[in-house]
Amino acid sequence: MGTVPSALKHCLSYQHLLKEQLWIGDAAVPPPAAPHPGQEFQASGLPEYIKIVEVGPRDGLQNEKVIVPTDIKIELINRLSKTGLPAIEVTSFVSSKWVPQMADHKEVMRGIERHPGVQYPVLTPNLQGFHSAIAAGATEVSVFGAASESFSKMNINCSIEESIEKFEEVTKSARNMNIPVRGYVSCALGCPYEGNIIPAKVAEVSKRLYSMGCYEISLGDTIGVGTPGSMKRMLEAVMKEIPLSALAVHCHDTYGQALANILTAIQMGVAVVDSSVAGLGGCPYAKGATGNVATEDVIYMLNGLGINTGVNLYTVMEAGNFICTALNKKTNSKVAQASFNTATIN
Amino acid sequence: RGRALAVPVSPCTQVSGAAAAGALPKRVKVVEVGPRDGLQNEKNVVPTAVKINLINMLSETGLQVIEATSFVSPKWVPQMADHTEVMQGINKLPGISYPVLTPNLKGFQAAVAAGAKEVSIFGAASELFTKKNINCSIEESLERFSEVMTAARAASIPVRGYVSCVLGCPYEGKISAAKVAEVSKKMYSMGCYEISLGDTIGIGTPGSMREMLTAVMKEVPVGALAVHCHDTYGQALANILVALQMGVSVVDASVAGLGGCPYAQGASGNVATEDLVYMLNGLGIHTGVDLQKLMDTGTFICNALNRRTNSKVSQASCRL
Repeated sequence: MGTVPSALKHCLSYQHLLKEQLWIGDAAVPPPAAPHPGQEFQASGLPEYIKIVEVGPRDGLQNEKVIVPTDIKIELINRLSKTGLPAIEVTSFVSSKWVPQMADHKEVMRGIERHPGVQYPVLTPNLQGFHSAIAAGATEVSVFGAASESFSKMNINCSIEESIEKFEEVTKSARNMNIPVRGYVSCALGCPYEGNIIPAKVAEVSKRLYSMGCYEISLGDTIGVGTPGSMKRMLEAVMKEIPLSALAVHCHDTYGQALANILTAIQMGVAVVDSSVAGLGGCPYAKGATGNVATEDVIYMLNGLGINTGVNLYTVMEAGNFICTALNKKTNSKVAQASFNTATIN
Repeated sequence: RGRALAVPVSPCTQVSGAAAAGALPKRVKVVEVGPRDGLQNEKNVVPTAVKINLINMLSETGLQVIEATSFVSPKWVPQMADHTEVMQGINKLPGISYPVLTPNLKGFQAAVAAGAKEVSIFGAASELFTKKNINCSIEESLERFSEVMTAARAASIPVRGYVSCVLGCPYEGKISAAKVAEVSKKMYSMGCYEISLGDTIGIGTPGSMREMLTAVMKEVPVGALAVHCHDTYGQALANILVALQMGVSVVDASVAGLGGCPYAQGASGNVATEDLVYMLNGLGIHTGVDLQKLMDTGTFICNALNRRTNSKVSQASCRL
């Protein structure tokens, strides 16, 4: 009610409004540092601290249509390094024939600034990729399993069992070199080929990855079909096999369910959440649909819950603005949309 | 790379049995506000015939409550100028309620004359918002509403009360949970059968939702509460989830997420009914709503408005 222009004119600037409500905080003030690791919980039962793993430069860009120049990738990662994010997935040492976007993995790895206290994991699908990553200076790697046989076959042309064998080669070498390995399990809440995925299967694959030495298992809702109901059931099954402190969730927002799913996970004690700046990365299985959940929107929610992340939301929004401008695309982050659209009004 | 499934497999079809957590309601009443709150905040004025068709299609989806229009002066809200024609033109299916907004006694009388059987009144938890919106204080607005309440009681017409700005105000900023509880209590005591708590600018998070509901639930029984979340900051479904966990079982939403935010240019507003129903289905919560028919309705109105849907479920199902 009332006309739009006058409503906007008299509104508080959103920056003011949000700063006041302590959900975004001051751009100039660095957020509190991450506490030492351990499951400290608030009175509400939620974790006191949540580690955000930023996957925009890898998972995000990999699913963007436009090939991004190497210097833009490096600039993005450097900007993200200054936001307080504790982990930034940099690139993927996969054959450029399969993933042209990641063809410049060596240059990116060598070109980025490495900030102390920030991890820069890279994907390594096999031993060859692993060696290449180490040669380029990687100090942490990730391997990608799946809870679906069909997905495994379609994606990497082998069965789950065969893929586990390949990963074992990687984890063995990694152990010798003291390189931590993160394990991903795709299709944790549903598969584009098989449909429903049973929680027991997710637990089984997670356990295999954890047993072979992955320090953390990131459970991915690859096509975003999950809901708080299926998230809860899946986590209950996985938590029987893997300690809570070793679990992460990687939710896609393709059906708008990501934040509700993440909330469910953190209510169950999960304290590591993957996200992508500006919600970079569409869904290769649903044309035009979105993919990764936006880091800005996750942090907004966690700030509102009084959960510490160590991340400055303003600087993440700025990094998101940078990459969207470079990609000539609109952000997928609703927080960024709402904030930047009012910034000029006042 | 092989054929991915053409139709997304919603886990809801495989879920057997009860809602996930013990605390969640088994049934949720979805209140569809697209034709009113949604269209009111759309830039393009929609022809009457399109509005009527929209409401008729929504009536076929299983929705039990569809907010049809607003009996407010067309000078203020041109989009709702055809309120009488819409009210008289729609198919009113048995078992479905078609509430309309009535800001004052005059609007109420016009609504009843046009066939309305349920009305809504709009309060706010912010003095400044009330002043800017309807040019009076909260107290004065409640006095106006009491006239409507008296007339409604005499005519046996149920009244739903809305409280705006429950999690933040575009003019005042922070809103105290106690203030929301106070206004809600007044409206409930006046005779509103239900109080819909609106996060008008979508700024709330599960943290502030919990705090606000805790305060309100001390004054109004949870069975009489609804939440009306905006998705401007992407928080709506998470906020709704918390409300459900606290026992709220009535949720407002807008088909295709119609309705932008008048306070943040280009930003989204109402949460999309499709995305809400998708989540409730996945939680095993009964709504009675057919998601497919709902998506079809969303497609219809987006085509008519020449705009993309705000519903991610629709987008993912290739119904742009």
